Formats: sequence, C-alpha cells, structure tokens
Amino acid sequence: MQTLSSSEKERRSFRDIFLDPKFVPYFFIAPFLIFFLVIYLYPFVTTILMSFQRIDGPNSVEFVGTANYERLFNRNFKQALGTTFRYAFWDVVVLTIVPLIFAVILNSGAVRFPSFFKSIYFIPALTSTIVVGIVFRLAFGTLETAPANRLLALFGQPPKDWLMFPDTGNFVLILLTLWRWMGVNIIYYISGLQAIPKELYEAAEIDGANAVQQFFHISLPGIRPVLIYVITITVLGGFAMFTESVALWAQNNPGGVGRTIVGYMYLMGFYKNNMGMASAVGLVLLGLVLAVNLLQLIAMGFFRKED
Amino acid sequence: MKKILAILLAVAMLASLGITAFAEEEPIHLTLWTFQELHTQLYKVMLDKWNANPDNPKLDIDMQVYPYEDMHNKLTIALQSGEGAPDIVDIEINMFANYLKGDIQLADLNDIVEPMEDHLVMSRFNNYAKDGKFYGIDHHIGACVMFYNTEILEEAGINYKDIKTWDDYHEAGKTVLEKTGKPMCTWESKDCWSIYPLVNQHGGDWLTPDNEVIMDEPVVVNTLAFMKEMLDDGTAVASPGGNHHAEEYYGWMNGGGAASVSMPFWYLNRFTDYMPDLSGKMKVAPMPLWSDGGHKSAQMGGTGTAVVKTSANVDIAKKWLAYATLSFEGCVDTWLILGFDPIMTDVYGSEEMKAPNKFFDYYGDDIFEVVESVLDDIPDTCITDMFPAAGDIVRNMMAYDLVIGGGDPEQIAKDCAEELRSMIF
Repeated sequence: MQTLSSSEKERRSFRDIFLDPKFVPYFFIAPFLIFFLVIYLYPFVTTILMSFQRIDGPNSVEFVGTANYERLFNRNFKQALGTTFRYAFWDVVVLTIVPLIFAVILNSGAVRFPSFFKSIYFIPALTSTIVVGIVFRLAFGTLETAPANRLLALFGQPPKDWLMFPDTGNFVLILLTLWRWMGVNIIYYISGLQAIPKELYEAAEIDGANAVQQFFHISLPGIRPVLIYVITITVLGGFAMFTESVALWAQNNPGGVGRTIVGYMYLMGFYKNNMGMASAVGLVLLGLVLAVNLLQLIAMGFFRKED
Repeated sequence: MKKILAILLAVAMLASLGITAFAEEEPIHLTLWTFQELHTQLYKVMLDKWNANPDNPKLDIDMQVYPYEDMHNKLTIALQSGEGAPDIVDIEINMFANYLKGDIQLADLNDIVEPMEDHLVMSRFNNYAKDGKFYGIDHHIGACVMFYNTEILEEAGINYKDIKTWDDYHEAGKTVLEKTGKPMCTWESKDCWSIYPLVNQHGGDWLTPDNEVIMDEPVVVNTLAFMKEMLDDGTAVASPGGNHHAEEYYGWMNGGGAASVSMPFWYLNRFTDYMPDLSGKMKVAPMPLWSDGGHKSAQMGGTGTAVVKTSANVDIAKKWLAYATLSFEGCVDTWLILGFDPIMTDVYGSEEMKAPNKFFDYYGDDIFEVVESVLDDIPDTCITDMFPAAGDIVRNMMAYDLVIGGGDPEQIAKDCAEELRSMIF
C-alpha cells in the first residue's frame, strides 16, 4: 500500500470536508444564509439598537434608553397611525371585493374578449406612482375647473377641496390605489377561479343551485387560499403605503391625511436627521403589522387543521 | 478583427496622451450638488469668469442637480458614511441644522467670510453658523415684501402707497372685497410663507438659541388672531392648492384672483415665470407695519452653500465659492441672473444693478428703493437644530388649523408649542 504524502493528505482532507454529508447542506444554503444575515438580520438588529440611541452624526452616538419611544406618542404620530389604519382598512375592503367581482364576471364567460379586459385592467399597474400621483393631484385640485369638481358640478354639487380634508383625501388615495392595483388582484383571483373543477358547477346546477349560491358555496371556498394571499399582501401593502401619499402631498400633511406611518418614519429619519426616532417608529410599525397579520390569519382559519 | 481593435485602441491611447501633453494644465475637478437648477445658471457664469482670469487655477466643476429630498438624503448618507460627498453643496435653510449636529462634516468658512464682514448682511450668515463658525453662504437676503395687483386696487379706488400698517391693509381689504368681490390676499394652509414672515416681522419666532419653545407667546397669538380676523370677514382666503407655489395658485392669481400677496423677495421670479398676464400690473412695496411694534420686514428662506470638510480641495473650493458669492460682481450677477436681493450691502444703489432685466420690465424700476428702505430693520431668525421640527409643525399643524380648521388662535399656538416641546430632549 502506497503512503500518501503530507500535502496530498491535506488536499484529501480539504475535499472531504466539502463532500462530507454533514457539511454539504450548509454549503448549499450558504448563499441564502449570507444574504439573509447581511441584508436582513444585520439591519434588523442594528435598528433595534438604534431605537435606543440618539444619533447626531457619524461619530456621536449616545444611548438614551427608551426616550425615543416615550416621545413617540405625539399628535403627529397618532395622526399618522390613524391615517395608516384607516387607509389599510378601506384598502383591504375595496381591493378585496371589487377585483373579486370583476374576476367572477370576467371568468363567467359573460364578457366577450376577456383577455382584452384583463390587459386593460392590468395596464395601470405598470405606470409610475409619481406620475399617477401628479395626475390625480391635479384632477382632484382645489379649483372649480379641476376635473373632479367639474364632475361634481354636473350633478349640481358644490366644488370640493379634495386633498385638504382627511375624508376626501383618503377617498382619493383609495381611488388611486384601486385604479392602480385592481388588475393585479383580478389576475390572482382568475387564476384561483380557473383552478376550480367545472364538474362542481355542473353538479350544483343539476342540484338546482343558482349563480349566487354557486358563488358562495363553490367559488368562494375554492379560492380561499388565493383570498388569504390577496388579503395578506393587501394588509401589508396598506401598512407600508408611502409613495402614493408622497405623490399626492409631498411633505405636506393637511389634517394628518398626507402622512402615513412610513411617511412619518421617513420624515424622522431623513428630514429631521433623527435616525434613533425613525428606528423606534419602524419597530412600532413592525409590531403593528405582525399583530394585524396574525389576527387576520387566525380569523381566516389559516391555522385551523383541514377537516 | 481583434488586431484592428487593438490598433484602434493603441491609437486612441496615444492620441489622448498627446492631448494631455499639449494641454496647458490639468484643471482641478470639483463636484457641486444643488437642488435648485436656477443656481447653476449663476455658478456657470461665475465659473467662466473665474477661468477667464489667468491668475486663477483652472477649475472644472461638475454641477449635479437633484430633486430637493433626494439631494438632502444623499448628502445625509454621504456625510454619515464619510464617502461620496461632493466638494460644494447647496443646503436648504430648513435642512441646514441637520448637518450642524454632532461632529460637523462641513468646513468652516470664517477665513472667506470674516474679511468681508463689513460689506455683508451678517444676519444671513448666522442662520448657517454654530459656535462662532460660519458653515454656509446664502444667495439672498430674502426680505419679505408685499406684491400688489394695482389693477384690482385701482378698481377699488385704492393707492397701494397709502397702505402703511396692517390695519390699513385690512381696511383696504374690506373696500376691495366690497367693490370688486375679490379677497385682498391669500394665506397658505400647508406652508409657512404666510405665518412665519408675519410672526417674525411682528417680533416673534419659534425657538430661542437654547431651543426654548416660544411658539405660544402673545406676539404669535396676536399675529394668528389678525390673520384669522381677515379670514373671518373674507378679506383673506385660503390659498388655492394650499400654498403660493401650487400650480392652482399660479393660475388663479394670474387671472386676478387676489389683490395682493406677501412673500419674500425671491418670489419675484415666480410672477415673471408663472404669472405672465400680470406683467406691468404688479408692484413691489414694503410689508405693512404692525402698530404695536415689530420690524419693517423679515428675512425668509434661503440656501446655505457649504464646502464639505472631507473634500480633497477644500481651499480652492472655498476660494471659488468666495468669488462666486461674496464678490461684488458675483452679487450683482445674483440679481441680474437670479432676481435675488444680494447679501452684499455695497451693491445696492450701484450703477451695475440698474442694468435692465426681466424683473424691471415686469415690476417697474423702483424695486430696490423698496428693498433699501427696509434693509436697516430686519430681525434675525433663530435657526437651531430643532428648526426643521418647528418648520414641520408650522406647515402642517399651525397653518392648517388656522386657515382650514378655523380654530382659536390661542389654542392653536398652545397645541403647536406643546407638540414641539415634546420633540425636544
């Protein structure tokens, strides 16, 4: 038997490590792990640390305990919370129901050229939020000559100062979101609806179920996973909304409508150069979103065992 | 194929070597960031003049214009990380205090400012100063003036020169409203250019240099009460679009919406650029005076041009900046090109300033008589590190609650002051 030279032995052992069944799995997940550690975990831990600090620049960092959290609960923050919750609520209600109705109609075969309509509804999702925001801002302008006010005048209504009041401002925001994201949700729903076997509908028809009954007893349960998915991403999107409100109001905040909680975080971090406060706001937002999502998943029966 | 490419590359390399060899000297490259495209017009002219002088080292300045938010964000991050910052940067007055926190990353400009001290409006430099060191150079005084639409006033039988006090102004407003059905003025509901100038001219401010909140002092309450009185009887209305920079406002005002507007001097170019129909009808006048004290005007807005400490060319950047913004010719060009009221007192009344430009065509030639008449009595504004927070509260709480919400002035001032106090620690 030939004896191995020491260098060969070393090489062998090095290769053995790579081929060792204990090591290989780690090697395969390494890209994800490194990515996760650097891009997610590191900033996350740093954010928690920063939320207890006062940061005045590159070389002046000071621990201040819970001072950032204590100062959070001012009028601006409460307004931002209110605005975010109200937007998220209507966002979920409107963006879940309206696209569902459209999807059912498009999928029912009652409409000619369904692909054409699917594309038409999808196109707004490809536009730039900033451009859409400018168009909406001018369409819902202050003056009587603004398109929205002209429309009101047709019905004999007085002109409104749309973006200056929380209620109408929120309405414009929801309208913008609906216009922009409806097509995406329609696609999700249609893919869910098409996965339901035709036989179920045929059987129901033979049993004498009408269209409404078919919808509630076949379509709706059939797309439950899709529905959960759509609601989850809409809730997340609703709480994370930022660009739309910036496009409509920039850094202005009439009556609190123009600033969401993410907007408030941005204001604190960049406009006021107060990264400690911004981190605290971010963590509060994280807590809220987790809580809301958990509630929603429980309500939707996500954790219930399939019968 | 590869051979041809190689020969081409070699030729190109030799050619470039030849060019640099023949050039007189390699210019020094500087980077400049601004959020105001207009400023680059002045910088370009001043750069050409600088390079035309053989005694000066040649400069090549890369001027990059970014949107307001983007530029300040980029700067914050660049200064915090210590990498990627420009050599020279325009920082808006509301944001400036952010960069004076902690370990300051801007170069102090005392060596170029102090020799000129007697010729400059020094209160403009205090806005960008900390502990006796100046970090920014402004382009203008930003003295607040009143812009009157003489066509509307004449229709109501009023000569704008007779309006001396804010009470006169309010009375004239009642006549205008009665005769023409138009409001005397507009107040901003989501910006600070109505409230802050009036409060500051009246002798009030938001903060003391020690960050004590004085937003709820009687002078502020009284000013808000005056503004509310005008709103209540219809002589003032909420500005269409929420501020005097909204597209809606420009269109509305251009069509003869209101008889006047009070704005800082730099608003001159908004009329010439966005409200062309009012050419020849608008007149610049001093702000009306408060009968119970206060000042002749207020200095509002501004941009502090700063040099970044970590720049490799701090000295040359400072020298050029001094030439562009603190020299006589630089200040004259500031007026001729940008339409700003220069920070150098020497230029007022000089022949160079009388050269015709679009502003004289629009407003008539008595613009500077107005500015000169108020120069001796303009209060300082107090810009501390809490000023960005105060500004946000004024824009989004005070202005909105007063103009749209119609609340009680005393309560508004108290709420806003509380809010600001809660932010300080």
